[in-house]
Amino acid sequence: MSAMSEAQAGRPRPPLRHRLAERGVDGTLVLLLPAVVVVAGLFVYPFVYGVSISFEPEHGGPFANYTDFFSDPYLSGSILKTLALALPVSVASIVIAAPIAFQARRDFRGRRAITLVLMLPLTFGSILIAQGMQRFFAPFGWANLALEALGLPQGSFLYNYTGTFIATLLTTLPFSFLLMMGFFGGIDRTLENAAATLGASRAARFWRVVLPLAMPGILTAFMLALVESFAVFPSAILVGQPDNATHVLTLPIYQAASQRSDYTAAAAIAIIMTVIELAILGIMVLVRGRLYRGPAGGGKG
Amino acid sequence: MTATTTSLASARSRDGAPGLRGAPGLRGTLSRVTLTAVITWFAALCFVVVLLGVFVSVLVTSFATHWGGTWWPDGLTLDWYRQAIDTPGLARSIVTTFEVGLAVVALALLFGVPAGYVLARRQFPGKSAVMLVMLLPVILPPMTYAVQLAAMMYRIGLGGSLLAVILVNLVPTLPLVILITVPFVEQISPDIESAAKVFGAGHLQLFGRVLVPLLVPGVVAAGILSLVRVLGSFELTFFVSSADTQTLVVTIFGKLSDPGGVSASLTAAMTVFYMVIALIGLAVSLRFSNPAQAFTGAAR
Repeated sequence: MSAMSEAQAGRPRPPLRHRLAERGVDGTLVLLLPAVVVVAGLFVYPFVYGVSISFEPEHGGPFANYTDFFSDPYLSGSILKTLALALPVSVASIVIAAPIAFQARRDFRGRRAITLVLMLPLTFGSILIAQGMQRFFAPFGWANLALEALGLPQGSFLYNYTGTFIATLLTTLPFSFLLMMGFFGGIDRTLENAAATLGASRAARFWRVVLPLAMPGILTAFMLALVESFAVFPSAILVGQPDNATHVLTLPIYQAASQRSDYTAAAAIAIIMTVIELAILGIMVLVRGRLYRGPAGGGKG
Repeated sequence: MTATTTSLASARSRDGAPGLRGAPGLRGTLSRVTLTAVITWFAALCFVVVLLGVFVSVLVTSFATHWGGTWWPDGLTLDWYRQAIDTPGLARSIVTTFEVGLAVVALALLFGVPAGYVLARRQFPGKSAVMLVMLLPVILPPMTYAVQLAAMMYRIGLGGSLLAVILVNLVPTLPLVILITVPFVEQISPDIESAAKVFGAGHLQLFGRVLVPLLVPGVVAAGILSLVRVLGSFELTFFVSSADTQTLVVTIFGKLSDPGGVSASLTAAMTVFYMVIALIGLAVSLRFSNPAQAFTGAAR
């Protein structure tokens, strides 16, 4: 900075406009303004507003909303219940989706069809899935009829933990699949072939070449699945047991906001949820930084 | 020599699908690999069967006269659709769904495409901060900010209004449009813009006659994908809407969560309206781009 001003000492300083333009600030940035204003006003500000009202409870001291939440084991227990749902869902969706995404990373006939079918739950949303499940997994629904026809014992899939688990898996798994398929598609097969040429066995190629290259994708998909399933809401009510086994973190938010109109308490719980989710994302960024981050392409150079 | 080995190796790895758990040695490779592939594809098949079963259940229910514990309902009828159309509020919420969807998409494109252009082309101080703020609404689930946003809307007197529903849905949609626009802009060579400037095009001409025509596929893709997502968006609308500004999904949730409510078949008929709208959107967007982007683009 001082060297620059010394060099310019003899000459008049160029106008501010030019100096800003050199750093990339000019009239074109005005195009960015509306979007920034909308996101600042409707996303950043509500967050700040939410934090501020959470410290203005309807009764009690400034921390009453938070102490209420953490001193009531039924309320604070919802964090563990959410984890008990979100962790297995995320693990299951990665364990099932990763091999499929890995097999599907190359183009083959039917890849588009599979992608389309897996897009359906993301397009239709969790309400429609819960609605279909109420029939499909009912004691007299197709799932139990099929189990009966196969001579297997019937299952109870609705209005309990299993119901919400299945509903969440049905949306989380396609999400993880599409994410990982994109990541795995970037892994060049010539790297594997090069390892084979150098004498690596199939196992060695998988553990020492393919897996390290795929790991960032798997980790990202897992953490995002965790964040998404952490906010499970309608299916916990519609196909779960909302007062007990699937009393997840979003339900106290819903009860406070919609049933008691106590937005300060609802905001406090939403902030607790946000902090947990940001922590998950933070861990993801940290761990990803420690993984292999070089090129996954095998091109020249 | 090297060339032959490489081609042999690639031929070898091509003949079997790559298994996740490789077998040591080449002898048993084929059987092992096909086993992992079989298990993988069997799992995929089961998942797809359950998924389609769930959706088809809704469809069949909506046509069923009575459906007890059998594989197929006793009879098929269109009565539920007739009743659904006559249900007070349903027509209203279909109209609202379209009003909200179109308004949100129009605003998101209007604000998002220029912003996506700048983010794709320019380097400026604070760019990474802007990108982060744009990413968060797409990555964080709506439940993390839905209630605070609703509280703010009620505080400023917009609670329950159509405008509030539109504004609230703009939060995840606008960043989504930006994220879809950026790669489309990056595909357009800056040389084209320079050439237009050399030939004397002003800013407006450059935008209207050069960039917009080139960006049309991206804009259409972004628009349809965000429309499909707005149609299915539940949490944000749920907390801020009132009885006459409900979208279709919120109305359906209301019917589903009311234990003594209307029959399952009637609700299913309402849902099929929504399914058809969403399917048309998905089919149209497939013609223009890879819609998977809309759901996973954020993480790339």
